Amino acid sequence: MEVKVERQIRTGLNGDEAVAYAAYHADVDVIAAYPITPQTIIVERLSEFVHDGLLDAEFIPVESEHSALSAVVGAAASGVRTFTATASQGLALMYEILYIASSLRLPIVMALADRALSALINIHCSHDDAYAARDSGWIEFFAENVQEAYDLVIAAFRVAEDKNISFPAIVNLDGFILSHSIEPLYIYEGQDVVREFLPRREPIVKLDPDKPVTIGALALQNYYIELKRAQAEAFEATPPYIRKILREYSEFSGRKYDFIKKYMIDDADIGFLVLGSTAGTMRHVVRKWREKGRKVGLISLTLYRPFPVDDLRDAVKGLKKLVIMDRSYSFGSPYAQLYMDVAATLYDEPEKPDLINVIYGLGGRDFNEYTAEEMWEKINRPGVKKIWVGVRGD
Amino acid sequence: MGFIRRLNDIPREEYFAPGHAFCAGCGITSIIRMVLKAYEGPKIIVNATGCMEVASTLYPRTAWKVPWIHSAFENAAATAAGIEAAFKILNRKYGYNKKVHVIAFGGDGGTFDIGIQALSGALERGHNFTYICYDNEAYMNTGIQRSGATPMGAATTTSPAGRVIPGKPQGKKDLVFIAAFHKIPYVATLNPAFMQDMYNKLVKASQIEGPKFLHYYTPCPTGWRFDTSHSIKIARLAVQTRFFPLYEIERGKLRITVDIKKPKPLEEYLKLQGRFRHLLDPKNKHIVDALKEEIERNWQRLKMLSQLDFIY
Repeated sequence: MEVKVERQIRTGLNGDEAVAYAAYHADVDVIAAYPITPQTIIVERLSEFVHDGLLDAEFIPVESEHSALSAVVGAAASGVRTFTATASQGLALMYEILYIASSLRLPIVMALADRALSALINIHCSHDDAYAARDSGWIEFFAENVQEAYDLVIAAFRVAEDKNISFPAIVNLDGFILSHSIEPLYIYEGQDVVREFLPRREPIVKLDPDKPVTIGALALQNYYIELKRAQAEAFEATPPYIRKILREYSEFSGRKYDFIKKYMIDDADIGFLVLGSTAGTMRHVVRKWREKGRKVGLISLTLYRPFPVDDLRDAVKGLKKLVIMDRSYSFGSPYAQLYMDVAATLYDEPEKPDLINVIYGLGGRDFNEYTAEEMWEKINRPGVKKIWVGVRGD
Repeated sequence: MGFIRRLNDIPREEYFAPGHAFCAGCGITSIIRMVLKAYEGPKIIVNATGCMEVASTLYPRTAWKVPWIHSAFENAAATAAGIEAAFKILNRKYGYNKKVHVIAFGGDGGTFDIGIQALSGALERGHNFTYICYDNEAYMNTGIQRSGATPMGAATTTSPAGRVIPGKPQGKKDLVFIAAFHKIPYVATLNPAFMQDMYNKLVKASQIEGPKFLHYYTPCPTGWRFDTSHSIKIARLAVQTRFFPLYEIERGKLRITVDIKKPKPLEEYLKLQGRFRHLLDPKNKHIVDALKEEIERNWQRLKMLSQLDFIY
């Protein structure tokens, strides 16, 4: 695809700055956010854009993440474009409101700079927070690099605000690995360019004194389950619309976006499945391993919720083994979170690869070529089902 | 319409429909009806989880003829802040061109306790909105549990009148002053038995820019255990005994709006309510004395502060 460089600028930004530029270029109306590492740069830059008069938005410097999401719920219900950002403990504090935002069908966009949950307190990357939102009815994207973080935030507004979708969306970017790493990327020249892809939000229902509605009523045994069923069906119906918008965005940007990305997977025996920045590391590793004659390939998910079931079933065809890499741990579950989604996705398939779950990278533990080699050695041990890699003393 | 000289001046038009599920004698409906009349023009209501929310919006019905939103228990002030910001933008960026009142309602649990952080943040940031705490002095919606607003000695299901601990050992938090000392332009106390005082305070609040905090005395026959026909009588006695003084603080100037020169004996107020009945047992006289001392100190403090040109 051709990169339309005449309307884009080649520059260098870290992931947080790229996200802030994306929200700015999306001409967001109300931002409410609270500082938390490693997301803080996003709110700092957005504050600068507002205070310098570049972005005509209301920035609400709330006193907690709970209030951050609550305030954007109020603003989104009033019909304007809204944005917030958080990480880890902040997402945990928002948890109650995640379900409310989704159930009220409010198209909020949130950037999540993925970070491990306490205790012990840690500011670096795990996907605990991204997984914590998985059942709440938010659409979730994962960025592999800074360019994707920028692009996905812009695309996420179109997705969330689409009349056939109307659900909130999270864009995950790995804490520090992406949030604080400067990478080269293309950004648009400004709001005018992005407006062609992302026009002003047209709300379906809003708080309007001329047309009063009651939002967030009490529904008991006699109605709740019908309303949840309707919400579930609406969420399950979103993938074709999300795909259409990602295709449109691919055309618009000249950069290809779809639900999943595949690398050397078609003739592979062993596939690796990852989320986030590790896709970049693993692509490099897969290339090197291919040179050694190992028949390996890579699948990474750009869309995590709704889970890209059909794409994944298709992508794993012919694999003997699929290694599912989780940057988190689900206490008491048979396997970690991504593994369980994949296992459920493939259960009914007549032919499916053996699955192995790899736990890696918690709290920012580096995952590099050496860790990958350790992983290779462990997954080739007989009968292995769940392993940890990169752990001291192993 | 604006300020009123007599009760007959209150506009007849209703914006809150009958057929809701409030208990007979509940004080909540009075504040809803009067707010919707006194705040003229476009308005949006934000409701914390609680009696007001559950009794007025049982799906698929609603009693509200104005836009209304409920999100969660502790976040009415934050939700209101977002709405206020959205309408600022709609006016500034998109030519909406209407002044919209944003009014948040929370009960005492949702305001004194779980919502105090969100309230404090919104007051400090200076949003142009009104927060009204309808205070029925316990978590009534969950079944009468004690809150930071429950008065000393009152029996609730989590501060029962037990043999060893007779009711709530602690006194009531002074949320009006906590709110006021965010240095906001207007705070006031409201009581449904003093309707003209209440209505005119609502009109005044509706005309002031910035954060307003209103504290509404809300009689609760179910939780306080009194005959439903006594709601207004009890509300009146609360003022007449100086248990619930009526005052306002406008831009730092405190004014007692209903002066009680000769207070009625507190026992007259206590004896009508099941929640206080155990206090009338002579062995609990020390609690009544402590309540009386707290009431006296509060009144003297208000009197002294009302002499000053400003308190903040």
